[in-house]
Amino acid sequence: MHPQEIERLLQRILPGVQKPGRYTGGELNQVVKDWESVDLSVALIFPDLYDLGMSNLGLAILYDVLNQETDILAERVYAPWPDMEAAMRQSGLPLYSLETKHPVSEFDILGFSLPYETLYTNTLNLIDLAGIPLFAAKRQRDDPIVIAGGHAALNPEPMASFFDAFVIGEGEEVILEIARCVQSWKSSGHSREELHLELARIWGVYVPSLYQVHYMDDGTISRVEPLHEDAPFPILKRIVGKMPKPITRFIVPFIDVTHNRIPIEIMRGCTRGCRFCQAGMITRPVRERPVIEILDAIQEATKFTGIDEVGLLSLSSSDYTQILPLVRAVNERFGEQRIKISLPSLRIDTVSVELMDLLHGHSSRSGFTLAPEAATERMREIINKPVDTELLLETVREIYGRGWHTIKLYFMIGHPSETLEDVQAIAKLCKMILAEGRKVMGKRAKVNAGVSTFIPKPHTPFQWTPCDTTEQIVMKQDLLKKELRGKGLKLNWNEPGETMLESWLSRGDRRMSEAIYLAWKNGAKFDAWHEHFDFNLWLQAFEAADLDPAFYSHRERPIDEILPWDHIDAAVTKQFLTEDYLLSQQGKTRVDCRQHCFACGILPKYAALRRENPGEGWQCPEVRSPAHTSPESLSPVGTKQDDE
Amino acid sequence: MTNDNRYRYRITFTKDAAQRFTSHLDLHRAWGRLLRRAGLPLLYSQGFNPRPRIQLSTALPLGCTSEHELADIWLTEEIPCSAILERLQHSAPPGTRIIAVEQTALNEPALPRQIDAVSYIVQIDADLTNQELSSSIHDLLLSKVLERERRGKIYDLRPLIHELEISSDGMEHPSIKMKLAAKEGATGRPEEVLLALDLDPSTAKIHRILLHMVQT
Repeated sequence: MHPQEIERLLQRILPGVQKPGRYTGGELNQVVKDWESVDLSVALIFPDLYDLGMSNLGLAILYDVLNQETDILAERVYAPWPDMEAAMRQSGLPLYSLETKHPVSEFDILGFSLPYETLYTNTLNLIDLAGIPLFAAKRQRDDPIVIAGGHAALNPEPMASFFDAFVIGEGEEVILEIARCVQSWKSSGHSREELHLELARIWGVYVPSLYQVHYMDDGTISRVEPLHEDAPFPILKRIVGKMPKPITRFIVPFIDVTHNRIPIEIMRGCTRGCRFCQAGMITRPVRERPVIEILDAIQEATKFTGIDEVGLLSLSSSDYTQILPLVRAVNERFGEQRIKISLPSLRIDTVSVELMDLLHGHSSRSGFTLAPEAATERMREIINKPVDTELLLETVREIYGRGWHTIKLYFMIGHPSETLEDVQAIAKLCKMILAEGRKVMGKRAKVNAGVSTFIPKPHTPFQWTPCDTTEQIVMKQDLLKKELRGKGLKLNWNEPGETMLESWLSRGDRRMSEAIYLAWKNGAKFDAWHEHFDFNLWLQAFEAADLDPAFYSHRERPIDEILPWDHIDAAVTKQFLTEDYLLSQQGKTRVDCRQHCFACGILPKYAALRRENPGEGWQCPEVRSPAHTSPESLSPVGTKQDDE
Repeated sequence: MTNDNRYRYRITFTKDAAQRFTSHLDLHRAWGRLLRRAGLPLLYSQGFNPRPRIQLSTALPLGCTSEHELADIWLTEEIPCSAILERLQHSAPPGTRIIAVEQTALNEPALPRQIDAVSYIVQIDADLTNQELSSSIHDLLLSKVLERERRGKIYDLRPLIHELEISSDGMEHPSIKMKLAAKEGATGRPEEVLLALDLDPSTAKIHRILLHMVQT
């Protein structure tokens, strides 16, 4: 369909849908290129609403990287809400890009962002709305190349049937290599299979069709077999040695979106090693951005966008070595302009009184967030997030004392070996914290407890452990609902069905593609949205695909089992994960790895990159010159580095 | 910052097709961002969450375009209107054209209270001859009361219609020009007039052409 025809249909449809500003494009700072002037077009797709997708930093970075190239264009695509989808299907309007209203099927590459697993059915829905064959094997030479990246891609197997390729790891550099590869293939006359091979030769690219998975009679995997000598095995995660300069020319939405702020990453990775945290394992090594680069980015981004709130993002912002100098400098340099900053993810043991003072006046009254994750010391040792309860209470006193009314606390139930006493302790701790607040400000003090349910994620020390059953979850939640009521206390939790789905999808193997396909076919979409999630539909899909969901979620997997994601190398070794899992069972913790390197596997794998980037940027120990070092002696166990 | 250093400016701008789905609230936010990009010395409200002081004229219904919108802004320095105009034009987002800037007296009433009526031109997409349209307009104007229901409330639309006529601009489809009341608690909505004429507002192109200021 011609872009003008799409425009014409939109004129007719948009007045009748909710929040039509989601579907128009045309915002400040969008990049519009002449299709005749480029050789390659990429649709960057976030398979959820515009409102959420516009806050996604990953796609904004790729948009910037691709559009910097004069012969490539990148445009945005988001999922239409069901009312818009119905209008589109009814009028024959295909999925289109916001910038130039080209049908998505006319792009050379479709790049999906998959930050979480509950976007899988939306992904299928979008491929279908674009009018492209859902299964990669059915696509013809002229169909777009469909790829995906993001955290969920670290176990790509459940979606293996639908993508030509996955990016494992960080996208800033590899995206251009993929684009150039597809560009030269376009003019080559080679087959799609030949392109797949070319793509597989790029570091960090996984082409599922080049591997065959063999199963044992009990359903576990016996072997993953590369089908071509050029198919890497395992597929090593791509990283950048140094974080590229932050992007600053953000698109400014016309309408209200989820986060109305400028996102600036201050640090990538995390040195803490919380055992439940997939992000902390798969985003290693820790790389920090220099303060001056962040300050300049704030300056530029506010000039380009006029947005007055900046989110300084990382997995653990108060662990950023220069956090105090950074926040001080922001206040000095941008106080006059009333620029507000938010620091998500502050750790209880590193959020200092000075930091609280510096943040005062920035965050709105909505509250101060801390994430103890567990309420007993025993539990915190098992998950490797040790925090002294007395220190926590002292911290909340300081927070209430500075005028914040509400403290939000994140906990998880379902950690390995958790008992009802551990759950009970969550309620007790919340009440103790509220009592501290009352001492400071009386009845105005509030505690919001967000209690999610733990899902053992791939590439973490807990990847072998089973997930709680629905019955266990309900019992624990009922206990909390009973205990956490009354003035000043609020409890949020996840529906057990939603947790179950996420646990299946995140721990699945290739055979799960069929269940995802059937669920979508029967109407599953927007699974991350409570009002759209339909648990029974998924149960039926698993049954029809002849798969037992419990096989994926409720089985303690033996250490020597071949896991569906074992051929994806997140650089943290299985040996390290195993050791850490065993330590957990003994209730033993590991300190911040900046104090002591535990040889997680990062350094030997990226030794050359570390050497190219000496000094403070990486928080891993330095690697000696290769002339004097054999790979074995690179093992960094025992080396120590002072925590600044 | 003392209260003495405040200067009020009135900006005339357009809301073009690119922004037709930006709500009034979103437009307010967009103006805050525009003023910050322009680097103007804004006067902020007091309190925990200071906001730049901005007043917008009567809300435009979602989906409509306009060639006459007003915004009052307050600055802490006196700046020549031409310089403000230039900076705003440079920083305006797609769908916003800055037409004029003038300085206004600080003691004038709030901007929405200075407007008492709004004129629209509506292009309709219907198979109607000018004759047929003309007669239904005539009938509507003759009625003494036009009871309509909006959000569960019954009200009389008739006194809110100041003028209603076929536009003679010679466009492809027949067009209607209307002047509607725009006072607090007494605002005529162009879609309601269309519905009263048995026309489908969803296919009409509603364009605001003029804000009528209270005569002082």
